[in-house]
Amino acid sequence: MEHSNEMQQEQKASLIFTEGPAPIIKEKNQIFTAWMLSFLGATGLMIGLCLYKPDPYWNIMLFIPDGLLITFKITAISILFAVPIGFLTGLGRLSKNRLINTITSIYVEVIRGIPLLMQLFYIYYALGSILQVSPTVAAISSLSFCFGAYMGEVFRAGILSISKGQTEAARSLGFNKTQTMFLVILPQALKTIIPPIGNECIALLKDTSLVSVIAVADVLRRGREYASQTFEYFETYTMIALVYLVITLLLSKGMSIIEGRLSHYDKSR
Amino acid sequence: MTNPVNSYSALKEPDFNAAISMRGVWKLYGDVVALKDLNIDIQKGEKVVIIGPSGSGKSTALRTINKLEDIHLGQIYVSGKNICDSKNDINLMRQDVGMVFQNFNLFPHMNVLKNLTIAPMKLKKVAKSEAEDRALFLLKKVGLADKVKAYPSQLSGGQQQRVAIARALAMQPNIMLFDEPTSALDPEMIGEVLDVMVNLAKEGMTMVVVTHEMSFARQVADRVIFMDQGVILEQGSPMQVFDYPQNPRLQQFLKQIL
Repeated sequence: MEHSNEMQQEQKASLIFTEGPAPIIKEKNQIFTAWMLSFLGATGLMIGLCLYKPDPYWNIMLFIPDGLLITFKITAISILFAVPIGFLTGLGRLSKNRLINTITSIYVEVIRGIPLLMQLFYIYYALGSILQVSPTVAAISSLSFCFGAYMGEVFRAGILSISKGQTEAARSLGFNKTQTMFLVILPQALKTIIPPIGNECIALLKDTSLVSVIAVADVLRRGREYASQTFEYFETYTMIALVYLVITLLLSKGMSIIEGRLSHYDKSR
Repeated sequence: MTNPVNSYSALKEPDFNAAISMRGVWKLYGDVVALKDLNIDIQKGEKVVIIGPSGSGKSTALRTINKLEDIHLGQIYVSGKNICDSKNDINLMRQDVGMVFQNFNLFPHMNVLKNLTIAPMKLKKVAKSEAEDRALFLLKKVGLADKVKAYPSQLSGGQQQRVAIARALAMQPNIMLFDEPTSALDPEMIGEVLDVMVNLAKEGMTMVVVTHEMSFARQVADRVIFMDQGVILEQGSPMQVFDYPQNPRLQQFLKQIL
């Protein structure tokens, strides 16, 4: 039993967190974690500034909600596309079919090798001259394809982390490949997959700020509009940064709660 | 080395009435020959124990029977059906062959009951109540009726392996394959697993067991097969093989393990 625990811990460590926020380190009997301090600091500063100097800080807060809504909308729709793309890419990368394997591998290599901003420009300006896509569609498609490739690697690693014995046990009972994947492998792999996928989602939310350069009126774009009218760059960007920070901190807290619930069947631990 | 193409045993008629009939089976890992022109017939109800040093191909031979390993040449008939023929549905044929692994391979995200009921319910469309009744009956048989709601991680190795045997039996197979079922267990837990296997043998199950447990082989086996380097070097009753070994390699092997 100890042996399998060690193995799973090793597998967990092999998943590297790249872009998302730092994983929350839990220390017992500690009220003021880094997360708590950051969160209290950010919200405190936000509220304090609004109370202390309603003009301009409160005015900025009143100006950005519709931008915030667009940021959330683009994030949510992109995630809805990116996760299935990531799942299929992960399966493709594991496929024994040469053609599927090569196509998905090339997709991952190409996407990972090109900056997201470049991809955004490419879809909006370069392809846009042929396809005539709206800024929102360009934003959602480039975010989906980009993060789909990142998530593909997460799905691949998660599925690989389940021992071959599980597949063999399922197949020897008579389950076919699809049943084995959905009944046996994925439910177990989700435990390793969901935390990094959550981090990718948070990273995606932060990267939606890039879409402001192709005239999508997200929260950063709204901030720029406000600042260009009032020339209060310092005040505006301070508030926007705090808004991003509070959102990502909340989301990463939510992730760590989900993570804790995922290990329900390891009751021996 | 014999050229596989010149091996004619593949052309010999298989025994269609046997539970398992292997003809001229070759398996290679790169350049390494794992199985070399293997011919085995195992009759219904027969209990066969396969012994041999590590790397002898004994586990590989066992795993070819339910096609967990593909073979490169030869024919394998299980219950009279050719499992190498792509026209036969391997998933359907595997339902008839239970397999028990060295590392148990229970599904850790399901409790014991679910481990036993999921395959019959999904594959044989057995009703939930019926599958659960059967599961409880099997758990009683392996002495774990009180562990219905437990998760595999809460069980000892010996308990996990007994659940794994019950899980395989839940599909009501005609043949049971055991791949070193006690090798990953602490010594004090080996007995409880072997007891379950002995009882299963008494009920007339066709069993093929790869093991190092010589006492089990003596007690249960109708036939002991000694393999080395992908070839059967000697086979016979436990008494013949253990007490009057003829092949020098078998004599040497027995000296090392006893």
